[in-house]
Amino acid sequence: MDFGLDVTERQGCTVLAATGEVDVATAPQLRQEAVRLVAAGQSRLVIDLSGVDFLDSTGLGVIVGVLKRVRTHDGVLAVAGAENHVRKVFDITRISDVLPMFSTVDEACVAITSGDASTG
Amino acid sequence: MGEVVLEIPARPEYLVVARQVVAAAASVEPTFHDERIDDLRIAVSEATTNAIEAHTDLLSADRIKIRCNLGDDSIEVEVQDQGGGFDPGEVEEPPEATDPTRLEWERGLGIPLMKQFADETEIRPTRGGTAVRLVVYRSSAFRR
Repeated sequence: MDFGLDVTERQGCTVLAATGEVDVATAPQLRQEAVRLVAAGQSRLVIDLSGVDFLDSTGLGVIVGVLKRVRTHDGVLAVAGAENHVRKVFDITRISDVLPMFSTVDEACVAITSGDASTG
Repeated sequence: MGEVVLEIPARPEYLVVARQVVAAAASVEPTFHDERIDDLRIAVSEATTNAIEAHTDLLSADRIKIRCNLGDDSIEVEVQDQGGGFDPGEVEEPPEATDPTRLEWERGLGIPLMKQFADETEIRPTRGGTAVRLVVYRSSAFRR
């Protein structure tokens, strides 16, 4: 599957959905779009990984960078929909300890808008 | 069993080819668990990304060689670059995720992830570059 990005608004959150594989070839696009959204004032951000079938440390590093940037703007970032083998990258590095992760975008948006996104 | 050798240009857009070929080589053995193939894809992606980046720094036109050997219980993959080499002992590991400075680390996770996802990892200098040897067993029951 080719890499792609899509931005939608849902339940008061901005959802950045990625599809395909996130690695050194594609992660810069994810970074660029996320940085653009944060700079535009989108401080409630969900990265939807349900369409991502591969993510390595380069993709993880980009998401860590987005988390830092969002927090600098007093915002909230959550990740939703990661398949087990993608989720494993977050768990092994323990980034999932500091980054709220949810099964679905809806769950992430509800948690963010209710101020309960500290637990995934 | 069989050996597969792949050479790719040291460019990011070829990384997906490395993953696909290695995963396909492992899939020749039908008892290789899907979860282990996913682990293999991550480990190979990390090793090959490091190789690509080593070449990028040098603006080198050399190619990266990836050699796969499928055995009865495991697959061994060696990723060899000509990127000048580095000392893996000098690679600083990121702090714990809960450390406030952890978010400063957008890079530096490749080698730790490689070691987590592969059952055996060896990084050794070669003439002009680095060779990374990875072994992944076909199921967690065969891990040593």
